[in-house]
Amino acid sequence: MGSALILRLIAQRLALGVLLLFAVSVLIFAGTQILPGDVAQSILGQAATPQALENLRRELGLNDPAYIRYFRWLGGVLTGDFGTALSNRRDIAEALGGRLWNTLFLAGCAAVISVPLAILLGLLAVRYRNGVIDKAISGFALASTSLPEFFIGYLLILFFAVELQWFPASSTVFDTMSFGARLQAIALPAITLTLVVLAHMMRMTRAAILNVMQSAYIETAELKGLSAFDIIRRHAMPNAVAPIVNVVMLNLAYLIVGVVVVEVIFVYPGMGQYLVDHVSKRDVPVVQAVGLIFAAVYIGLNMIADIVAILANPRLRHPK
Amino acid sequence: MSGELDFLSRAVATGKLSRRDFLGRAAALGVGAAVANTMLATAARAQTPQKGGALKMGLVGGESTNSLDPAQFLTQVPQNFGSTWGELLVLQSPEDGSAQPVLAESWDASDDASEWAFKIRKGVTFHNGKDLTPEDVAQTIRRHSDENTKSAALGVLGDIDEVVVDGDNVVFKLKRGNADLPLLLTDYHLIIQPNGGYDDPTAGIGTGPYKVEVNEPGVRHMSVKYDGYWRDDVGHVDSVEVIVMNDTTARMAALQSGQVHIINRVEPKTVALLKRAPGVVVVNVPSKGHYIFPMFCNTAPFDNADLRMALKLAVDREQMVQQIMQGYASIGNDFPISKSYALYPEGIEQRTYDPDKAKFHLEKSGHSGPILLRTSDVAFPGAVDAAQLFQQSAAKAGIQIQVQREPGDGYWTEVWNKQPFCASYWGGRPTQDSMYSTAYITGADWNDTRFFNEKFDKIILEARAELDSAKRTEMYRDAAMIVRDDGGLILPMFNDFIDAHREEVQGWVMDPNHETSNLKAAIRVWLKQG
Repeated sequence: MGSALILRLIAQRLALGVLLLFAVSVLIFAGTQILPGDVAQSILGQAATPQALENLRRELGLNDPAYIRYFRWLGGVLTGDFGTALSNRRDIAEALGGRLWNTLFLAGCAAVISVPLAILLGLLAVRYRNGVIDKAISGFALASTSLPEFFIGYLLILFFAVELQWFPASSTVFDTMSFGARLQAIALPAITLTLVVLAHMMRMTRAAILNVMQSAYIETAELKGLSAFDIIRRHAMPNAVAPIVNVVMLNLAYLIVGVVVVEVIFVYPGMGQYLVDHVSKRDVPVVQAVGLIFAAVYIGLNMIADIVAILANPRLRHPK
Repeated sequence: MSGELDFLSRAVATGKLSRRDFLGRAAALGVGAAVANTMLATAARAQTPQKGGALKMGLVGGESTNSLDPAQFLTQVPQNFGSTWGELLVLQSPEDGSAQPVLAESWDASDDASEWAFKIRKGVTFHNGKDLTPEDVAQTIRRHSDENTKSAALGVLGDIDEVVVDGDNVVFKLKRGNADLPLLLTDYHLIIQPNGGYDDPTAGIGTGPYKVEVNEPGVRHMSVKYDGYWRDDVGHVDSVEVIVMNDTTARMAALQSGQVHIINRVEPKTVALLKRAPGVVVVNVPSKGHYIFPMFCNTAPFDNADLRMALKLAVDREQMVQQIMQGYASIGNDFPISKSYALYPEGIEQRTYDPDKAKFHLEKSGHSGPILLRTSDVAFPGAVDAAQLFQQSAAKAGIQIQVQREPGDGYWTEVWNKQPFCASYWGGRPTQDSMYSTAYITGADWNDTRFFNEKFDKIILEARAELDSAKRTEMYRDAAMIVRDDGGLILPMFNDFIDAHREEVQGWVMDPNHETSNLKAAIRVWLKQG
């Protein structure tokens, strides 16, 4: 059982991921083709004359068969060319790049706070399980998750932006901002997102470790006199890491693809708002591009979770 | 008396007194709203503007699909930002709605108002350094009115037959006489661009006091002072930043915490809360926009004039203004023209809630049974509640209204202008003629009351080419009376534009023509220094 085997497994997963992404690209393309009304119609709107429609269709190559258009689109995507937005004729890759970076930055900051915090709280909850600390942690985490994110957002704005004026109420960020100013601008949305995803990860950490704690080898560890924290850290944690990583990855994916509401409340220029604007304008090339990126994020994060699970658990390396 | 009012108007101009309070005091002193508004505008201008500072506006109405092409302006963010970098030929006066020169220095019409010559101002430069020429103006108008145009201004320019350059003048030849042409050119889409924008409509190059620096659609736009600008009575701050804030609460929080200086679209429900916030001034101005219940005059039971009158008398307008708009509206009189229009016909008797008279007309009409009223959240803010208030006030007159709530999706394609009785709204138009021509003359696509009246059509057509204002005002009075008494329009209220700004923002001009001071707030205001 050498590193070659592990490399081969990882390569297999990667190949599967890429294959999956191609399948998704076919689905996205097909889905946007099924939408009622064609692109030319939605660009020109009600006032479209048949001549103008025909001109635009020719210009956009809409008269070609669907599979040719698919491969033309795919070819563009593979070379980093997503085309231009129909609504304002801006280059999609360029506009999307900035938005994607903003989304990743916010998601990254929220993850940097929430993941260690959730795991630490989970460990604490296990260490003092069924005690006051455990109950307090669970209660707090569940309460913050049960509150809708817009409500948490508004509460934070009310206290920290309007009353105390520590942080700005709106999180508009732009290229020329310094890193510090950027961090300050996104403080409130990052805290909001942290509160939203915290409980899920914390509860999963707690459950996974508690599950392991029932095992015989933990009893052995206790009998040989290890401290409670050492037992959790050295024996329980490695065995519980797979489910924890899974739930962490799910939440990271959520932080990237599911935060439209938070973006709207805090006026944050991320991917979600960008997608919603263009869906309502039937701006198909943008919808396709964003859909593909979201799919890539999901597939990528799930792949990482898989690989970590394989590395953490030798049994998974030998599928029966 | 006028001494006190002068003092008060200065207090409003400097942000110490709200405009509403001022109007209230003015009314108590026996001064009408029109005069009081004029005093306010004068007081605002009498102050000496201070130069400098970075102005920030947080506005609803921006999407990442927005473009800098003026022909594509649909929402408030590009409209307001457009006013910083671009200019129109003509601007509508905030005081009396008349046409005021901007890039057009002066104009002349032929006797039948079918040929107009606009003299183009000299010494004006575009941000690319080129001089403004009459050819640029002609090309701009052509781009917005030729047959391939996608411009939203096509509707107002439909009468133009040909635009030609004649020396310093641009001559408009119209298919038929139109005395309102200068006012039609105040449409915010008609920003003059180099070569009319044919080369690159989205370049964002105009003659305005600020030139485009940042253009991130749906996020923010910024423009900075243009050194070669031709006049100094507008464009006081150094830079203008327009930040997209589509969420109402986000806008209010940003204003309260001082992150932005100006916000638009304050909701009537939350005005009272915002007014209590320190350092914030709420500005509201009556608009030309209105909320309506149109009835099809050619469809039973609304084809009966008595039934229509019964329904008009069964609306409690006062109650609707108070409960739906919290008082931030003015009462309507069943014709679509508010006091903000030029040539407003003064002195038409206000229709009031009269259940007895309504009952009389109902009995005379011979109608019995429920009347179906369709409404929806999207018809206008509070339309569902308004329909229910209507239902209750009509019930007291023995009229049974059945309220049916429709989904917002598809309301404008399936219900409005398709069903005989529903809730709806209209935004203002630059002139009475354009309002009536859009929705009340025979043959108008959007005639949402199916009102076909030969006498009315004739008046509107004659008034369009009439250059004598006194005669025209009389004609519009006749037209208004016909719609009011015979038409299918129930118009309970004209909504206010409600914006808000920080105390340090000075020189706000009350302008009923459009929100945020006719979209010109950014170039009209200045920031109090120190």
